[in-house]
Parts: sequence; C-alpha cells; structure tokens
Amino acid sequence: MTTSNSLVYLIALPLLGATILLLAGRRADKWGHLLGTLMSASSFGVGLYQLSQMLSRSNEARPVTQKLFEWISVGTFNVDAGLLLDQLSICFVLLITGVGTLIHIYSISYMSHDHDRRRFFAYLNLFIAAMLLLVLGNSYLNLYVGWEGVGLASYLLIGFWNQKPAYATASKKAFVMNRIGDMGLSFAIMIAFATIGTVSFEGIKEHAHHTSTGALTAIGIMLLVAATGKSAQFPLQAWLGDAMAGPTPVSALIHAATMVTAGVYLITRSNFIFDAAPTAQLLVVIVGAITLLFGALIGTAKDDIKKALAASTMSQIGYMILGAGLGPVGYAFAIMHLLTHGFFKAGMFLGAGSVMHGMNDEVNMRKYGALRKFMPITFVTFGLGYLAILGVPPFAGFYSKDMIIETAFNSGGTKGIILGVVTLLGAGITAFYMTRVMILTFTGKSRWDAEAHPHESPILMWLPMAILAVGSVSSGFLLSRGDALVNWLAPLFEHHGEHEELLAPIVVSGLALAMVAIGVAVAFLKYSRQEVAAVAPENVSVFTKIARQDLMQDSFNEAVFMRPGQLLTSALVKTDEHVIDGAVRGVAQLALGSGSVLRGVQSGFVRSYAALILIGAALLIAAIWVVI
Amino acid sequence: MEFTTPVLNYTLLSPILILLGAALISVLVEAFVSKALRPITQLSITLGALVLALVQVWRIRNEQSLTAAMGSVIIDGPAVLMQASILIISIISVFLIADTEHFTALAASLPGSDEERQAVQSGNQVTEVYPLTLFAVSGMLLFPISSDLITLFVALEMLSLPLYLMAGLSRRRRLASQESALKYFLLGAFSSAFFLFGAAFLYGYSASVTFAGIRDAVVGSGGNDVFLLIGISFLSVGLLFKVGAVPFHAWSPDVYQGSPTPVTAFMAAATKVAAFGAMLRIYYTSFANAQWSWTPMLTVIAIVTMVFGSLVAIAQRDVKRMLAYSSIAHAGFLLTGVIALNKAGLEASIFYLFAYGIATVGGFAIVTLVRDAAGEVTDLNRWKGLGKRSPWVATAFAGFLLSFAGIPLTSGFIGKFSIFSAAYESGAKSVVIAGVLSSAIAAFFYIRVIVLMFFTDPVEDGTSVEIPSALTSLSVIFAMIVTIALGVFPAPVLNLISDLATFIR
Repeated sequence: MTTSNSLVYLIALPLLGATILLLAGRRADKWGHLLGTLMSASSFGVGLYQLSQMLSRSNEARPVTQKLFEWISVGTFNVDAGLLLDQLSICFVLLITGVGTLIHIYSISYMSHDHDRRRFFAYLNLFIAAMLLLVLGNSYLNLYVGWEGVGLASYLLIGFWNQKPAYATASKKAFVMNRIGDMGLSFAIMIAFATIGTVSFEGIKEHAHHTSTGALTAIGIMLLVAATGKSAQFPLQAWLGDAMAGPTPVSALIHAATMVTAGVYLITRSNFIFDAAPTAQLLVVIVGAITLLFGALIGTAKDDIKKALAASTMSQIGYMILGAGLGPVGYAFAIMHLLTHGFFKAGMFLGAGSVMHGMNDEVNMRKYGALRKFMPITFVTFGLGYLAILGVPPFAGFYSKDMIIETAFNSGGTKGIILGVVTLLGAGITAFYMTRVMILTFTGKSRWDAEAHPHESPILMWLPMAILAVGSVSSGFLLSRGDALVNWLAPLFEHHGEHEELLAPIVVSGLALAMVAIGVAVAFLKYSRQEVAAVAPENVSVFTKIARQDLMQDSFNEAVFMRPGQLLTSALVKTDEHVIDGAVRGVAQLALGSGSVLRGVQSGFVRSYAALILIGAALLIAAIWVVI
Repeated sequence: MEFTTPVLNYTLLSPILILLGAALISVLVEAFVSKALRPITQLSITLGALVLALVQVWRIRNEQSLTAAMGSVIIDGPAVLMQASILIISIISVFLIADTEHFTALAASLPGSDEERQAVQSGNQVTEVYPLTLFAVSGMLLFPISSDLITLFVALEMLSLPLYLMAGLSRRRRLASQESALKYFLLGAFSSAFFLFGAAFLYGYSASVTFAGIRDAVVGSGGNDVFLLIGISFLSVGLLFKVGAVPFHAWSPDVYQGSPTPVTAFMAAATKVAAFGAMLRIYYTSFANAQWSWTPMLTVIAIVTMVFGSLVAIAQRDVKRMLAYSSIAHAGFLLTGVIALNKAGLEASIFYLFAYGIATVGGFAIVTLVRDAAGEVTDLNRWKGLGKRSPWVATAFAGFLLSFAGIPLTSGFIGKFSIFSAAYESGAKSVVIAGVLSSAIAAFFYIRVIVLMFFTDPVEDGTSVEIPSALTSLSVIFAMIVTIALGVFPAPVLNLISDLATFIR
C-alpha cells in the first residue's frame, strides 16, 4: 500500500491551532478567530492536495497509509498509531474540513459579541482535529481515540454557553447517552481482539472470512450500539434535541454535517463485518427505519426551529443508517446522502442561526413569520436547502434520498416492501414538517415580539450559507453523474450480484414526489390557510402532545435506566454507610469533624468495620469448603 | 551451635539501606537542629536520599539475585520496576509534604490544648513526618522484594506503622485525623493478625516459610490442601486490606478523608504499588500452581470491588472520599492483573500501578490547593465553577480524572486496555466484562466533577485556589506530563517493562 508522510498534517494543523489558542489565552483574543479559520482552511487545502494525488493513481493504489508510531505493545498485542486515507475517508476529510471552514467563517461574525470567541475557535479546531482522527485512524482503536475526542470537543462546544443551567444539563445528557454508545465500541474492540486477534481494519477484513458468524454478529451489534449513540439513533436518540442548546454554528457543524454522521461512517467502514453477519445487518436496517420515522414525527410537533431541524437530522441519518444496512448496494448511497445532507442541513442550520441573529435569539417559530422580506438571502439559501431535503429534482436530496428509497424497495421480498413504504412515508412527513418550518418562519404575517427588529445578517454569515446552498443545489447531480461516487467507492466494498428490480427508478421517483406533494399540501392547508397562533395551542390531540414530548423518550429513559440506577446507587450507599451496625452515623460526624467524632468512635464504628473484615474472611473460608 | 556469618550484597540492598540511614539521620536532625533550619534540612535529606536510592535502583536494573540477603529478598526485573515506581511516587509526594501548612505544629499535644497553641504561636513546627516517610518508603521497597513470609510480614509492619502515625498529623480537624489514624491502626493490626494466621497455615502446609518452599510444596501437592487454602485466604485478607479491596475496604474512605492530604496522596499511590507488588510476586510464584483454588475467590472479590467502588463513588459529596472510592474501584481493576497470571498481566499491572500512582498524587496535589480561610475545601459543591476561577488548576484536575476514567490519550486508557486484554487472553472473561462495565459507570462520577468545575456557576463563599508553591507545581506538572506522555507514547515504558518483567524463582 502506498505510504505518505503528509497525512498527519491534516490533523496536526487544526490541533496546533487549538493548542495555540488555548495556551495563548487572552493575548490571542484579537487574532484567535483568524488563526482558527486559517488552520481549518489549510487542513482543507491538504485534503484537496491528497485528493489530487489520489486521483492521479490507479484504483487499487489509491489508499494511502502513514505509520505515526508504535502505540501499544503488550505481550502479543501490538497497535500502531497509524492513519489510512482511502476513497471513503477522503470524502469525510473534505466534508469535515470544507464545511468546517465555512462554519469557522460564519462563526467569526456570529460569535463576534462573545468575549470568549477565541476559546470557541479553539474548541472548533479541536473538534475538527478529533473528527479527522476518527475518519483517518487505521484501526478501531485509533478510531476510538477520535471517537472520544469528538465527544469531548462536542461536550465543550454544547456547553459553551454554560451560564444557563439548561445548557449544562444538555451537555451532560449528551455525554451520558454517548457514553453508552462508547461502551458498545469498546466492547466491539475487545471482542474483535479476543476472537480475531487484531483491531486494524485491514487485519479484520482479511480474517473476517474465517471468523465465526457468532463473533462477527456480536461485534456488529456492538458497533451498532456505538453508532446509535453517536448518531442519535433509536434508542439512544434523546440527547440530540437537547444538544441544540449550544451555539448554532456548533449545531451546523457537529449535529448536521459531521459528528452525528460518525455512526454511518463506522458501519460503512465495517462493511466487511456486517456483510458477513446478516443478523447484525438486519438490526442496522431496523434501527434506521425506526429512527427515520421517529425523528420525522418529532419534527412535526416542534416549535423551536433548531429542535425541528435536529429532529430532521435524526430522521435523515435514519435514512443513511438504513442505506448502510442494505449492504454493498446501499453503502455508496448512504455516503452520498451523508454528503448532500452535510451541505443542505448545515446550510439550513446556519440559516436558522441567521434568523435567530436577526430576531434577538428567539427560537420559537410561532414568533417568526414574514421574514422573507427582511432576510432575503437567508430565505433563498434556506429555501434551496428546503428543496434539497424534500428531494425535489434537480436538487441534491432528489438524487441521494431517492436512491435509498429505490434500494430499499429492491432489497427483496416483504422486507423490501416494508422498507420502501417506510422510506416513502418518511419522505412525506419530511415534506410536511419542513414546509411547516418554511411557512412559519418566512411567510404569513409577522408574529414577532415587540422588541424584534429583523435584519439580514452580515456578509461573513451569509457567504457560507450561499456556498452551502450551491452545494445543496448541485452536489447530488455531480456525485451521481455517471455513478461517480458509486464507482469511486466500489473498490472498498464486496461486489454484489444484480438484484431484481421491484419498481423501476422512474416509478420510485414518481411515488416519492407524490408523497412530497401530499406532505407540502397538508402543511399549506394547515399553516398557510389559517392563522398561526403565537402561542402553541393547548387543546391538541393526544398524538400531538406525545410528539411534543419527543414521543415520550425522556420518560422512557427515566423509567428504564435512570430510576433503577439511582435506586441501586442509593441502596449501595446506604449499605455502605450503615455497614452491619445500623446505629452507625459516624460518616457524617467524621465529615463534620466536631467533638461528636469521639462518640462516633465509641459507638462501635471501628468494631463494625472489623466485623466486616471478619465476615469477609469467613466468607472466603466458606468459599473454600465449596471449592473443595 | 554453629552460627553462620550473614552474607549481604550491599549493592543490591543499597536503595533500602540508603533510606534507612537517612531516616536515622533525620531523627537526629529532628532532635538537634534549630527550628529555623529544620524544615529545609529535613526536606533536603529526604529528597536527597530518595533520589540517591532511585539512582541505585536504576544502576542495578539488570541484576538478578536470589541471595542478596541470605535468601530473604529477591532482586529481579519486577522488583526493580516496583522499587523505581515507589521511589518516583514518593519523591513527588514529598514535594507535597514539604508544605508544612498541612501538618500539625505539635502532634503530641492534645487537640485544642494550650500546649498546641503555644507550639503554633512560637512557630515551633515539628517535622517528624520526614523520618516517618523515609521509614515507610523503606518498608515499601522491601515489601515487593521479600521472598519469605517472615520478611514479608516485617516489611508490612515497617511500611504500615509510620503510615498509621502520619495519618494523624493533620493540622486542621485534628480529631478526625487522629480518629482515622487510630482506626487505621486498629484495623491494620486486625488484618495483620489474619496475615500471620495465614502464614502459619502456609508453614503448616509446606513446612517452609520461603516462597520457593511453598511453591515446591504446591507443585508436589504434598501437604494438606485445607491448610493451603486457609493459608492463601488469610494471607490474602492481609494483602487485600492494604490495597483496599471490598469487603476489606471500609477503612479507606475514612482514612483518606481524615489524613493530611499529602499523606493521603502518598498512602494512596505508593502503598498500592508496594502491596500489589508483593501480591503479584506471591501469587505469580508461590501460588501459581494452585490457581484453581484462588482464582474464583479473587475473581469474585475483583468484580465486587470494582462495581461497588464505582457505584458508591457516584454518591460522594466530598472530593477526598470520592477519590477513596475511586481508589477502591482501581484496586478491583488491578486485581484483574493478578488473576490474569500471565506475563502480559504482570507487565500491564506494573504499568497500571505506575500510571495510577502518578495520577493519584497529581489529583491529591490539586486537592491541597483548593482552600478557604479554614483550610482545604473538600466539599464538592464548593468546587463549582472552579474552571472559571482557576482554569489551569481545574484543567489539570480534569486531566487526572480523565486518566482515572480511562479515556484515550491518557495513561489510564493504556493501563486499562492492557490489563483487561491480558486478563481476557488468560480466559478471565467475566472479570473483564465487569471491568469494562464498571469503568463505564466510573466515568460518570469523574465527568460529574468535570461538569461541576466547568459547567456550573461559581458560588461566592470564599473558596479560593492557593497559588501553588514551586514544589507543588512541580509535582502537578510532572504528574500531568507523565499522564499524557504515557497515554500518547507509552511504547518506551511498555518496552522497558516488557524487557524486565519476569519473576525469577
């Protein structure tokens, strides 16, 4: 395989930026944001250079590796810290650094009033570096480092405005949910190491053929758990909505274009595992299908523009996961949707940020309305993203989403029909809630608060939106022209036989467009023909109420995970504090450090500890009789 | 009666001898040097002796000997690694101990008495903590190299007795400190009795007190198995008490909380290395062939210890108690290295012990810095918003916590990963699964503190961060560098350990 010495610069540049900005402190306040943007842009430059190098090589010679250093060597176990840039990772590298740089530029203006802007850029750079490490690592262990790194950076970024308690809570929730997913990843790594003996992509790919299906299924399921955590998929989806508390550029970067798509990357990267483990693959499809409906339904009831977009992200990633679960036919389409989604969703998030910027940080869409006239650029760029997500030809989503729907229909048998119907239904609901967002925000009568003075955002903000809008318009066409992306990625995946076609592409497109038309029409009838209340109406159907409650996801988590956990902890604490001797209150007294401590001693404090030791020893002896 | 002149290899024993010599000098200094010169003299002697001992350890790193002290001690690779770890940890702990602010002016006085007040007013600060430290460290150096049960017991007492006293030296909350010292002493004596009882049974089983003799008896399976099993169990009670494994852990939260924080740091880090060093040696050599008998026992204890430690730590409101429960959980993780019973397990354990010890000293060093008018502030609620007031201190603490949690790019991750994979390789799957699960739980409370420091508003209650003294800063910076370096480039250290870590018998 080709080696290169320059891969490391992709990661090193933003990492250097973060280090300088954090170490320089307030001294860097004047130029910190410029340095941050420059570092991200340079990394994008390196990415473009790598792409040009890659294009100049033949298909087989395209992947490049770089060994950084020997990382862990314990006994027979060796892991090098190494990077791998192949056809898949270059897509991500360009997306991360490209969209990342645009968002850096946007943030210069968006965060200009924040006196901690430098720190914000440091975190952004840190995030870019970690995300690049995630997609460039050549083994699951290296990926894991990036995986934790983006977790940390996103945690810092979501909680950036941590003056408000709700924001800190949100970042905590994001952390906890992600931790469960991370556990899945560490389990997957351990199982892979135990059964296959290596954790590198190359090594596992080589040995996957003669590894038992049981082991591969276990690894696959654990990887899926990891993916659900990071990509906000069912059942670990609850954190995404709350994470919207962070600054809007963060939502655009992390919660639309990059980090949340890491799960899709993980599954696509692990294609050799999922292809050999049909059960795990089926689970992937199921998770994707459930989430795409789940997210779409939540989206219909949200009045907070960012939460509506977050729900939509959840749903769109559901499409990608579903695509990735369809096996070799689906991987490339999942990635294509991921790329187009990166453009249009990031664009819409930035648009939402621009609206909030003009509206005193108001996020409730019921208090918007008629903004089209005051923010023409935002309206147009947001509108192009809207057309793209709906899948209206020739915008980006038309190419990528239709391909997933089509592949779903053609995946064979009843499964194919169910998946096809689900994806079609999702497309219809998407059209409904996105139209709702458009109508509530940009058309109709104004329902603003008295002190709102909407205005268009400055050029540094609308320029990135415009560039992303160009992507929303053209990326689908460019990527699918002559199957460009499919052919580009083909060498990485197992070749697959031809599937019989259940429905011709033209029929699928027709059906999808029909669903979209219905969704748009319903939204028009409901929100454009009638007055929109500035306050969310209370006398709504039980379904709306449930949807507003995020389909009860929090209550579910609380009942299933939190309560039993709290009970267990408090029970254990009680046992510990009242070891054997119920009269012991000494712990608190010791903490107080007052004269009552001596009473604590006399009341048999030590005695009860000693009794515990005695009982422990007795148990050991008792255990011996069992052993003998 | 014939009396053989003992033959001692002074070079190989020199690290211990240097420390004992320095400790005796230090006692004399305490008695005869004027109070103005005393602190600096004591500090110089202590640090000088520790550094010299470390140099000696480095020089003998490739030596192997069974007869350095008439067969009572073994010098081999693991011995050298353990001793070096203990010395490095001790040096950075002494940096913290050098801050006399933590220690009572006159330990012999009654708390709150006139005598105490006079001592404080006259500035007559006693510095007996230095000789005590030196005695404790020499015991710790002897503990993992002992090769018979008698030496092992002597070393155990040698390291324990000074620690009991040191626990009672706190300047603030003297009653709590003295109580914890007494408690530690009583329970320590109790567990020592179990230890001796176990030693007696092992002698009854093998008719020998040397590790080699016990090993031969186990291999030949000549003796009475019941004696062997009771012996192993009771000996383990003594050792498990020292490392703070459940159900022999009850002392550690109280003692950690009551002791002066620098002593807690020293105790938590160095004692763990010494005790696990001895434990690894005896299990890996003497008891290796009786694996069937003790693996189930240790597996259960390891699982209970890590799950219990991690869960209870979640509910703690005091930073020192939280670190105590975290140290209990870590004792559980370290036990998986004993259970692994393979070379990888030994290497991983040594790495883990060093990494954990250094991070622990660093963590407690930070605790010494957060104070109000009445001394250290250990109530976690008052650590809120520390990240805003003192970003560097809070960041360093966060770094140590992340290492405890085993997040990649810290030494803790490499330690956990290697110790778990070693145990997995040896087939101890249940303990590894419990380990991964409880380290996931443990991450919650470490992160909770990080959230508290960075994402919560500060409370105005007079809590402030002391400007660290040069030595304390040095200790924190060194610990931070080691924690990061061992996470990013662990290979040189892992290779060094791998070259040396083989027990000779």
